[in-house]
Amino acid sequence: MLDVKKIRQDFPMLDGNKIMQGHKLVYLDNASTTFKPKCVLDAIANYYQNETSNSHRGDYDLCYNMDVKIEETRHSVSRLLNCENKEVVFTSGTSMSINLIAYGYGMKYLTENDEVLLTVAEHASNVLPWFKVSEIKGTKIGYIPLDESGRLTPENVEKSITKNTKIIAIAQVTNVLGYKVDIKAITKIAHEHNILVIVDGAQSVPHMKIDVKDLDIDFLSFSGHKMCGPTGVGVIYGKYHLLEMMDPLMSGGGMNAKFDMCGDVKYVNPPAKFEAGTLNIEGILGLKAAVDYLLNIGFENIEEYEHNLRQYAISQLETVPNIVIYNKEAEAGIITFNIKGIFAQDLATFLNSKGIACRSGQHCAKILINYLKEVATVRASIYFYTTKEEIDALVDALRKSGDFLDAYFA
Amino acid sequence: MPILLNPQMMRQIIMDHYDHPNNKREPKHNNYLSINMNSENCIDDITVFLDVKDDIVIDCCFTGVACTISTASTDIMCDLVVNKSLKDAKYIIEQFENMIHELPYDESVLDEAIVFMNTSKQAARIKCATIGWTALDNMVCNCEKCQKK
Repeated sequence: MLDVKKIRQDFPMLDGNKIMQGHKLVYLDNASTTFKPKCVLDAIANYYQNETSNSHRGDYDLCYNMDVKIEETRHSVSRLLNCENKEVVFTSGTSMSINLIAYGYGMKYLTENDEVLLTVAEHASNVLPWFKVSEIKGTKIGYIPLDESGRLTPENVEKSITKNTKIIAIAQVTNVLGYKVDIKAITKIAHEHNILVIVDGAQSVPHMKIDVKDLDIDFLSFSGHKMCGPTGVGVIYGKYHLLEMMDPLMSGGGMNAKFDMCGDVKYVNPPAKFEAGTLNIEGILGLKAAVDYLLNIGFENIEEYEHNLRQYAISQLETVPNIVIYNKEAEAGIITFNIKGIFAQDLATFLNSKGIACRSGQHCAKILINYLKEVATVRASIYFYTTKEEIDALVDALRKSGDFLDAYFA
Repeated sequence: MPILLNPQMMRQIIMDHYDHPNNKREPKHNNYLSINMNSENCIDDITVFLDVKDDIVIDCCFTGVACTISTASTDIMCDLVVNKSLKDAKYIIEQFENMIHELPYDESVLDEAIVFMNTSKQAARIKCATIGWTALDNMVCNCEKCQKK
């Protein structure tokens, strides 16, 4: 069982001294980004204070030690995902990861006769790179229908597959509705049809135990900053033979074995092939600290805590007059709602005036609007350091939201 | 107006213009200037239409999806500039911008628009309060440039 009071002591942003609009900060935008424990900040500072050096670039100990630390980070990530170290590629985050897959793999192998299947609940970063592939290669984009509650089911995946489908690109947990997708069932169906499954793990990896071998995922992308790590660092997991087939997005130092004046280039092997230029070393070291921190708490504990807190939040929010909750049954700690008669952005501003950080808008899932039949929603998203008291603060504020213009006049 | 308003009256003015925006409608003919404003940070997605003849604003209206603040602000703006010269319209826009950014301003020309004097309390919403005004400002500047040519 997770001791939330003790955990909160690890986070400087949760020291109780952060004030927003005259109130103690209540942070409920964890699907957007998360706070960092002190160990992550220390790892970053330590890099600059005690062990600054480049990687792959020198013959001296400081540099060699950095190479070792970067490989140790790969190892921490491989423990997180149950994969091999060499299947872990460092990127700047989920967006770059998916772009790299779309450009490096999609652009290389897809043709105008092929089809990529998405859903309308995908984040822009899992839609627009595929639009780009479609624009340049003529590849068709199809959408797997969601069921009436907004959930992606293996049955609908199976029905949507055509003889042209080559890739299914889906989020394991979507950022607006927060449903957990049965990836294992979907990869099984897809692989029977020789289709690759490319998983956006931005909202799942930070919150749940993931075994890429058991789930048989072909590619998985995620960001460090949504899991207590620094911004500007992320990961692609790829099955090694797929990484070997994929082209790099960037060329430069550290990713070539040799090149000559005729333009012949021989690349080094993955993952280094995809890591041209100096890496985001502080980010990678911070990511290691974050992954180790989460593994130490234990994903079973995190999942259980977030599940219970979500149940509590739903039970309390349901008592708020005029509230519409769009995803009561979802598994993840994302709760999407509106108050009837109040525009989502006005509600989020009102919450800001009470010191509560929530997100309003389309949450980067602009094609989902047609499904929700709402222009915009408010999203509250929790993490393992969120407390019942913070949920209570949200519920209390929402009860008073009839006076939402108070944000400007109170 | 302007008179000293209490917060309750200011709320009421905003809600009236949000619930019943008189100027939220299609233009009356096809010869209006128009600009679409689509904020990347928020939901507001509006098109402002301007009908100008002989330097005078004949009509100003808007369509689209917007929050309370931007709907009410744009609706009040349309009321303020109709029948004004482009020069006067420009002056009103400048005074509104000054007020929003807490600079000295001439409240005598802002009428109901002074209800947005507290927008800077919610800094993230300054864009909402000014989105329609920015569109109008662009169109007015374009008109002036055309005349100079």
